[in-house]
Amino acid sequence: MKIGLDVGSTTIKCVVLNDKQEIVYQSYERHYSQITQKMAELLGKIRETVLGGEPAQLTVSGSAGMGIAEACSLPFVQEVYATRIATNELIPDTDVIIELGGEDAKILFLSGGMEVRMNGSCAGGTGAFIDQMATLLNLPLDEMNALAAEYEKIYTIASRCGVFAKSDIQPLLNQGARKSDICASIFAAVANQTIAGLAQGRKIAGKVLYLGGPLTFLPELRRAFDIALKTTGICPENSLYFVALGAAYSSVDSIDIDEALKNIAGYDANAAFRFIPPLFENEAEYESFKERHASCRAPRGDIASYRGKAYLGVDAGSTTVKAVVMGENREVLDSIYRSNSGNPVPIVRDYLLELRRKYPNLTFASSAVTGYGEELLKNAFGIDFGIVETVAHFTAAKTFLPDVDFVIDIGGQDMKCFKIRRGAIDNIFLNEACSSGCGSFLQTFANTLGYSIEDFANLGLFAKHPVDLGSRCTVFMNSSVKQAQKDGATTEDISAGLSVSVVKNAIYKVIRVASAEELGRKIVVQGGTFLNDAVLRVFEKEMGVNVVRPDISGLMGAYGAAVYAQSRAKAPSTLLTLAELEDFKHEVKVTTCGLCNNHCRLTINVFAGNRRFIGGNRCEKPVTRRSGQAKELNMYAYKLAQLLSYRPVEGPRGKIGIPMGLNMYELLPFWHTLFTKLGFEVVTSPLSSRELYLEGQSTIPSDTVCFPAKLMHGHVLSLVDQGVRSIFYPCMSYNFDEKLGDNHYNCPVVAYYPEVIAANTTALEGLNFIHDYVGIHRRHDFPGKFHEILSHYFKGISQREVKEAAEAAYAEYYGYLDRIRRKGEEMIEEARAEKKPIIILSGRPYHLDPEINHGIDKLITSLGAAVISEDVVSDHVHKFPTHVLNQWTYHARLYAAARYIGTQPDMNLVQLVSFGCGVDAITTDEVRSILEENEKIYTQIKIDEITNLGAVKIRLRSLFAALEQENEGRN
Amino acid sequence: MAELKFNKKGRLLFTKEMKKEYTILCPMMLPIHFALFVDVFRNCGYKVELLTNDGPSIVQEGLKYVHNDTCYPALLVIGQFIDALHSGKYDLDRTALIITQTGGGCRASNYIHLLRKALHRAGMDQIPVISLNLSGLESNPGFSINLSIIRKMVAAIAYGDALMALSNQMRPYEKEQGATDRLVKQWTDELCAQFRRGKGMGLKEEKENLLAIARDFAAIEVERMPKVRVGIVGEIYVKYAPFANNHLEEFLASQDCEVNVPGLMNFVLFKVDNRMEDIKLYGGSHAKFAVVRALYDYLTKMQNVFTEAIASQPCFEVPATYEHVKKLVKGVIGYGNKMGEGWLLTAEMLELAEAGYENIVCAQPFGCLPNHIVGKGMIHRIKAENERANIVPIDYDPSATKVNQENRIKLMLAVARENLEKKEAEKAAKTK
Repeated sequence: MKIGLDVGSTTIKCVVLNDKQEIVYQSYERHYSQITQKMAELLGKIRETVLGGEPAQLTVSGSAGMGIAEACSLPFVQEVYATRIATNELIPDTDVIIELGGEDAKILFLSGGMEVRMNGSCAGGTGAFIDQMATLLNLPLDEMNALAAEYEKIYTIASRCGVFAKSDIQPLLNQGARKSDICASIFAAVANQTIAGLAQGRKIAGKVLYLGGPLTFLPELRRAFDIALKTTGICPENSLYFVALGAAYSSVDSIDIDEALKNIAGYDANAAFRFIPPLFENEAEYESFKERHASCRAPRGDIASYRGKAYLGVDAGSTTVKAVVMGENREVLDSIYRSNSGNPVPIVRDYLLELRRKYPNLTFASSAVTGYGEELLKNAFGIDFGIVETVAHFTAAKTFLPDVDFVIDIGGQDMKCFKIRRGAIDNIFLNEACSSGCGSFLQTFANTLGYSIEDFANLGLFAKHPVDLGSRCTVFMNSSVKQAQKDGATTEDISAGLSVSVVKNAIYKVIRVASAEELGRKIVVQGGTFLNDAVLRVFEKEMGVNVVRPDISGLMGAYGAAVYAQSRAKAPSTLLTLAELEDFKHEVKVTTCGLCNNHCRLTINVFAGNRRFIGGNRCEKPVTRRSGQAKELNMYAYKLAQLLSYRPVEGPRGKIGIPMGLNMYELLPFWHTLFTKLGFEVVTSPLSSRELYLEGQSTIPSDTVCFPAKLMHGHVLSLVDQGVRSIFYPCMSYNFDEKLGDNHYNCPVVAYYPEVIAANTTALEGLNFIHDYVGIHRRHDFPGKFHEILSHYFKGISQREVKEAAEAAYAEYYGYLDRIRRKGEEMIEEARAEKKPIIILSGRPYHLDPEINHGIDKLITSLGAAVISEDVVSDHVHKFPTHVLNQWTYHARLYAAARYIGTQPDMNLVQLVSFGCGVDAITTDEVRSILEENEKIYTQIKIDEITNLGAVKIRLRSLFAALEQENEGRN
Repeated sequence: MAELKFNKKGRLLFTKEMKKEYTILCPMMLPIHFALFVDVFRNCGYKVELLTNDGPSIVQEGLKYVHNDTCYPALLVIGQFIDALHSGKYDLDRTALIITQTGGGCRASNYIHLLRKALHRAGMDQIPVISLNLSGLESNPGFSINLSIIRKMVAAIAYGDALMALSNQMRPYEKEQGATDRLVKQWTDELCAQFRRGKGMGLKEEKENLLAIARDFAAIEVERMPKVRVGIVGEIYVKYAPFANNHLEEFLASQDCEVNVPGLMNFVLFKVDNRMEDIKLYGGSHAKFAVVRALYDYLTKMQNVFTEAIASQPCFEVPATYEHVKKLVKGVIGYGNKMGEGWLLTAEMLELAEAGYENIVCAQPFGCLPNHIVGKGMIHRIKAENERANIVPIDYDPSATKVNQENRIKLMLAVARENLEKKEAEKAAKTK
């Protein structure tokens, strides 16, 4: 008999074959991380019921089986390799295998040169990801599948990792998008992620096999793959067991089952994971800790007997809805804290109905709403004020600690922290989309281990050896946890370890402090996650300071909203009456806005009385129905229009294509002029779009490179599709020297991305892909060197022609910059005349691309400010000493702009940062410190293929709120 | 005690007085090479100490004091420094740090600034940081790089490369376990002793030493058997520093592989050659070209001595010369690609595949910018050039777990073993 054991990240699969290679036993179950027990149980069962004393050969496979196999000296075969063995045996004519597991995604190319690919350490789009999404949607998996079958529209969901996708899905839910569309969109995202991440330029075609749990159990997921691959794959019999079968087939050495069982049982003893000191030494320490925090209570009142004005505060968070009814003395009369189950509207309606019916005498004098669902709820229920989260939290924190100087709020999905300076919100830290984990991560983990979040968290309080899990993105922690379990960590240790990493993530990744002094000593912590005593304890220990946690920690947003409503209450409240609530209707329509290039997916909510609310829009056009205000002060729009004005001019030397991405967003005037002068017709690729990106995504070799670089693949392919025979995209180590820095490099990606395109785009075969190294920084040498390059590709271009064309190109480039600066100055003057705040939206030239900036420029103008680009002001200063090596041309502009803004009271800087931009890890800190030297607020916005603007709005609105407060303070 | 002096930009200088009083801490990267480097500096009058602290506290200190999105090597190098400074072993008013600065377009040129920021945050502003660079980036009155030091360093590199390459070729097959490492230790001690006496740095002595090294290693008793041969390439720090790559070489050895880690000399030649390539590609001064050329020629001469010495023993695979490696990559990627490891990384993969080490681990820090291009970006192309290439890219960062990394490496090894068996079977069939 041959036994194959596949111990995966979430499940354990087993197959036993008899001597005729027939399956005589098979099993598939979740192991809930109790790996050794399950293995022992399983083998014991097989020994009793299947083997009947016969000798057996055993091989272990799977990611979680590796260490155990080694330690117990059992034969091991790597799981992808096992899959291949099984496929060779069962379906030998297979071309490609796609296998999704709990945390792994794999593609095996079998025909035409075998290759095997596994996802890297950035592991989105796997079974665990789908599980997370199901939890978020509050749906069982089979229902998710059934719903997906009825989809009408596919939304774009970033599929790189679970956290990203979550922040895409949440706003969709809050805007009222259909669950069926979301389910189908999740599956499409998984398919895209797998293909983009693993195909890496190789075409998936021929006989395609789908293996593993998710693809077996979810036919709609298979359909998503079929659509993405334009093929029909098959899901064979035993698709769950291929790894186990492969292990069984490769079993040759007989093993002593009893010996193996003994070894496995003994394996637990070798605990060797990294751990930190326990959270509490003893019960007494915990009791005094509890006592200290119990003293921080909000006043309470009895709603039934209350007579007086009442104020309603609602906080529609990412995973929960909170509401507080508050009396005139800021006493809490009533509150709710509920999971939003994907749609906050019915929850709030039920609650309001209940209040109005039960307490007809209660009069609401005012109301306010905050959180993700702010606009939707405000429109749905006639709530008086909508305020940004940070303001709500600050307002609430002040009622507990009037001179608070730091507030940290960890909710289910996001983390908000800010410093208070001179009574105003100063420095905002939000978790970027890559580290959102927070509370919902703890929740998901508790669920996978079969606990409720409360029980799970309490387990950690007295853990003896809390696991040290590190402080990176929480998604990565799954495998750290796995490893710790393997090494014998108990659930208690893991619970404590997870609390520690949530806190460390907050402190070192989001806020990035080295000591508590940097934050001040008066800290208020809040948000649902801090109700967890373990998290609170870790935070105090890590920061070395006692903090204030109000007993209504989870309700602080709603409480703050209520306090805000009270302070602004004037006219009678517009909150819906009982009759209106009873007649309440809510319909949702989904459509695409066609008023500009962003093509926003709009969700149109229609309420009773034909009140409408449009969600998903980036600007006011679909709301006001006007296509653009005439007086919009937006340099991003102006620059983009300028670039688009470089049209092809027919020429005798034929067409030459230029992909519009990365540095071409600044050098187009240069190259367009140069080639046009030489008699080429310069054709550019169209503006980026989702379709263009998807077209090229299978040729992207590195899935962690920045999004602007990834887009280049689609741009080059679109030129090939246009039939252009020569494409020009040069490598450039150096950029123009603007004398602002110590050197004038391009970043490595901008400098050399053409090499990646050349090496991975098979469609370029037979075409002229001109990607030589050019140095435009040496104006004198450039024409000669460039002539040499051109002569490799074209006949009969004289050196003199190149020289003249180059002269014109330099002139055009400098002329273009000049036009930009002059127009920018004009806009600044206009803004000053109109008393508009001026935002210097600072990034790289390619952040002009609407697909990259997601319309953030428009969002800012819609908030009433002027948008100016960094290059307009960067030449107002001379080179100055920085704390970093100032060696990249584009980045030198950022420092210069920051320096200049320090001298301008009505200007503020917002920095756009592409996710994965390694260089910005350096520039952001420096820009911040330059601004802070001049008492300016630093605002950073991280962008990716992600289209959720929720977090962006919070940042911007908080910035404007802070500026307003500053102004009020001044007056 | 030495007075703290600052330059015009406000940078704390390493003064001549400090040279006498201060201990200079040097971070670890390549254990053999760096042990030799330290003695070169001691020979030149600097009190240098090589840091050997290891363990999780390095990562913790790094995470605490360095921007977490910065590359992993920066986090580790700075973490190692801070961990050492916090250990209480050093008088903080008599300690300086040294770190290399390449001046390339990669983030690595900024490590020194990140280190200063970290020192500032840790409240250790009084500690001077010395930049070790050949680009004239930062200078210090108490520290200068002259021709003599350069010559000695070059010798140390050649010795280090030889000891590393030869021990890697012998260790997997040695009959008596530990014999190879003993010899490495013996030779490292011998060379350090020579350096301290001011010996072993001239071309002639180098030749003698290298020949003797080759002879000694060839004399190790071995039992040859077919083993999977694995090459390691990658970002320089993660490729070489054992605690950065989770002790990759040890792991591969435990999986019964022979490991080949390309040496440091080609990287140095590459960095020198870049200056000439820049002038060829974009234009520039002939005089500068001639100066660089002279250095390049000296290094090439040194490499030839090294190559000949290893070739003197027929049992060794001779590491490829810079010239050969450079030729291999022509037409695959441009010579202008110079940031980080640049085209050299691609070239090393091609060279390893050619030399029979076609199973390759490409080690890089998570999100390493140049590696998007010259590592992961070129795998497709390398396979087109040499279909035997079996490459697995592995990302390293503070949270990447060993389990995940080893699982991926094991997959690569499973394919490698199958190929090896096939090859052996073919060989056997032929001899029949």
